[in-house]
Amino acid sequence: MKRLTTTLAALMIMTSSSIFADGHQLKVGMITTLSGGGSGLGIDVRDGFMLAIKGNQKISVIVKDDQRKPDIAVQLADKMIQSDKVDVLTGIIWSNLAMAVVPAAVNQGKFYLSPNAGPSQLAGKGCHENYFNVAWQNDNLHEAAGGYANSAGFKNSFILAPNYPAGKDALTGYKRFFKGKLAGEVYTKLGQKDYAAEIAQIRASGADSVFFFLPGGMGIGFMKQFSQSGIKIPVVGPAFSFDQGILKAVGDAALGVKNTSQWSKDIDNPANKKFVSDFQSEYGRLPSLYASQGYDTGKLLISAMVNAKIDDKDKFRDELRKANFSSTRGKFSFDKNHHPIQDIYVREVIKEGKTLTNKIVSVGLKDHSNVYVAECKM
Amino acid sequence: MTNILFIEQLLNGIQFGTMLFLMSAGLTLIFGVMGLINLAHGSFYMIGAFCAALVAGLTGSFWLALGASLCGAAIAGVLIEILIIRRLYRRDHLDQVLATFALILLLSEGVRWYFGAFPLYLSIPESLNGTIPIFEEIIYSKYRLFIILMGFLIAIGLYILITKTRLGIRIRAGQNDREMISALGVDISKLYTVVFALGASLAGLSGALIGAIQSVEVGMGEPILILAFVVIVIGGIGSIKGAFIGSILVGVTDTLGRVFLPDLLKIFIEPSYATSIGSSIGSMLIYILMALILIIKPSGLFGKS
Amino acid sequence: MIIEKLFNKWILFLLIIIPIFGLIFEEPYYITLTTKVIILAIAGIGLNLALGYCGLISFGHAAFFGTGGYVTGILSFHALNEELLFSWPIDIFGSSEMLIIWPVAILVCAFLSLIIGFLSLRTSGVYFIMITLAFAQMLYFFSISWPTYGGEDGLSIYVRNSFPMVNTMDPFTFYFICLVWLMITLFISFKLINSAFGMAFQAIKQNEERVKSVGIETYKVKLIVFVISGTMAGLAGSLYTDLNRFVSPSVLDWHTSGEIMIFVILGGMARLYGPIVGAAFFIILEQTLGTYTENWQFWLGLILILEILYARSGILGLFDKKKNNEK
Repeated sequence: MKRLTTTLAALMIMTSSSIFADGHQLKVGMITTLSGGGSGLGIDVRDGFMLAIKGNQKISVIVKDDQRKPDIAVQLADKMIQSDKVDVLTGIIWSNLAMAVVPAAVNQGKFYLSPNAGPSQLAGKGCHENYFNVAWQNDNLHEAAGGYANSAGFKNSFILAPNYPAGKDALTGYKRFFKGKLAGEVYTKLGQKDYAAEIAQIRASGADSVFFFLPGGMGIGFMKQFSQSGIKIPVVGPAFSFDQGILKAVGDAALGVKNTSQWSKDIDNPANKKFVSDFQSEYGRLPSLYASQGYDTGKLLISAMVNAKIDDKDKFRDELRKANFSSTRGKFSFDKNHHPIQDIYVREVIKEGKTLTNKIVSVGLKDHSNVYVAECKM
Repeated sequence: MTNILFIEQLLNGIQFGTMLFLMSAGLTLIFGVMGLINLAHGSFYMIGAFCAALVAGLTGSFWLALGASLCGAAIAGVLIEILIIRRLYRRDHLDQVLATFALILLLSEGVRWYFGAFPLYLSIPESLNGTIPIFEEIIYSKYRLFIILMGFLIAIGLYILITKTRLGIRIRAGQNDREMISALGVDISKLYTVVFALGASLAGLSGALIGAIQSVEVGMGEPILILAFVVIVIGGIGSIKGAFIGSILVGVTDTLGRVFLPDLLKIFIEPSYATSIGSSIGSMLIYILMALILIIKPSGLFGKS
Repeated sequence: MIIEKLFNKWILFLLIIIPIFGLIFEEPYYITLTTKVIILAIAGIGLNLALGYCGLISFGHAAFFGTGGYVTGILSFHALNEELLFSWPIDIFGSSEMLIIWPVAILVCAFLSLIIGFLSLRTSGVYFIMITLAFAQMLYFFSISWPTYGGEDGLSIYVRNSFPMVNTMDPFTFYFICLVWLMITLFISFKLINSAFGMAFQAIKQNEERVKSVGIETYKVKLIVFVISGTMAGLAGSLYTDLNRFVSPSVLDWHTSGEIMIFVILGGMARLYGPIVGAAFFIILEQTLGTYTENWQFWLGLILILEILYARSGILGLFDKKKNNEK
């Protein structure tokens, strides 16, 4: 923690001078969630990004906390664009905040690199040449879960998600690939932590499998209660409820659960190995999915700076589009709408000694892109 | 919809209600005796859960963790009462609302500072894992049954405490006439501290009990705090009996509404709309219930007008 | 009192000089920040009427602030998509004209506060606090789960609504529009407080029974104050949507109610300029503390508690020693 504050303090001093006397070529504004609920995700994205650009003298970064409030995020973006004159924005975790900030920012000629959120609007009709998504389109992991459900032979799934747009997208994504029947489809209250009622419905429905998308504390509650309920049917979900930061809180209830992710600690490539060990020695904890996304975002940015200057927007954009960096995920490229084409893996929660973590069991969808490409006129 | 499912959901509603009772009993006592609106009551719920997670992590014992949640929240309660709350009793409701709102910010951020941003691990003991048959085909979670039992035992305990003991007489006296009991030579400030700590420890206990099946994280107390307020307003502020009946009413309404409203609506409108509208109305249901009750009985079911 | 008046002049002066400074030194963010202070102050001034002067502790003003915001968002959303807002009984289109949006937002919020006030004012004390909270929560959950206008994702309108002859996207122009609204609400509050009606509702705060005994229908008086108060908050919400070009359920969250309350109390209740000082102080705290520490909410909480325990009559009260001692 102490080291973190000193690095931050150092960064603040660095960024306070608006003239790049110290050789900075590019200024990044990072808006992310650092306080309140969900701050774990923002902290991981920030740490991953900072690790990627560590020691790079050409980039300066301003980090600000959006408190997970869209209005604060908009005001921070205004400040970074108007006062701090940043060239690139990044960092937003939540789709609703991204929808509030991104369209205005890219229309003002700034680049936005998304390290986490990928709402369908920004992939389809609302796509923009200055918007790059380095994580996934929101539907991707759910689609892979649907694909996995087919290969695992599930015929009758019970599916549930919170009653808000991302929840609806999740169930749509699963249904897009899943070929079986639905034993039930339930929308829960956003922020709900007790799933006794839903678990009773699952028991009564005769389903042979459960798919759920319940990010954050919601998923922790669901997994614990489900495993205590004695219902013995397989569960599958996107990585969000089974990632490194959260697994400890879910505990053994998560053991053996299959989840879909574009990244895993054990993907076998040099970039990932370096990332995992560097992250551990820098911050003293295992990296998460979010950290890997922040890290890749940083590496993508650096790769574009090799051959282009930020002043030449077109050239810089072309360089970004090439995605000429070694991603922690291995193969990585951008589709026409600037969203990733990548493998989505199926992971299983295992125990390494006393620590819960994930290992890859198969590839869910190979070179997967998204369905919104056709709607994007770019 | 089968009867079995209905009964299981009813039990779920009652279980939710008993948890709400542990929260709202303290809240309503504190209001009844000291006239204090305590928005920070949810923070004791959180503190209890974090203490439990800490002790469970160190010792591996769920029962020690429950004890820790009681003690931890009580100690926090005493400290906060002496340092801050004590100065608020004579203030108007507004100052109390604001000061305790500020306390939420301070305590939530303080806990996050100390424990970090990620949720902590707390789970139920092996002996309470799984389900047991209770009646013919109805099987139910052991742990939830345990919660219901705990809730009822504590309700009985509170009833005895208030009607049969010396402390209870003082509490009732304090509810009726605050000036009088200090005139009678009761150390009023000590009584206040005790009542506050009692409320805090009940909140802490329910935080630990619920944290074990949900999640232990910063901000966990806020949603339940609002619900606890709904409960005591419905029941009539200051009334333990009202808090108990209000809790069960809110717990059952919320659970059954959430589950059966979408199905009910499917009879009238297209299923895809019914699911979405049903869950929308389901999440508003208890607030609608509260508004209705207040419109008919402006001081709650058992409140003194 | 004299010092307080001088201080009030200073505040207005600062609200004007900071944006001009921002304009000259090309730091438009300071203009935006001042605009935010002004808008939040308008909401605070609204709440101050009910809470500070009439003693109606509403913990649900987010309902009006948010509804004003959503009316604005929805009208311009329909204008943007060129869709009908209603097709029955007559075709009604959305609009992106502030001159149309404001009256609509004001009317809707007035109507909403009439209904909520009508029902809530039957209760008093803690029950009133809680029933207002309940109504706000109803709207909050409704906005989250209703998909048409984005639900939890919120609603982006991309460009500010327009005002004849000027470019509202220019920070200074929009700031000026908000400043005019601030003056109008201040003026209305000032006139109200010093009218016979104002005497009546301030007397209700002191002793409602006594006011009743002279034959004034206190329920009606309180209802009117509540409606005016809610409407002002709604107007502020409308401006807030335009400031951010975005509206989401977070404006209906109970934290928003709490924050508006903080502006009023931080500045000093029942003081005309109190909410402005409160809002300014809150924003400055948020901005500066946020720069130094991630845990700024901890320090904010601490400062607020100290303020309530030791400086009860608000920041403005500090300049008003005489009144302080009397209490």
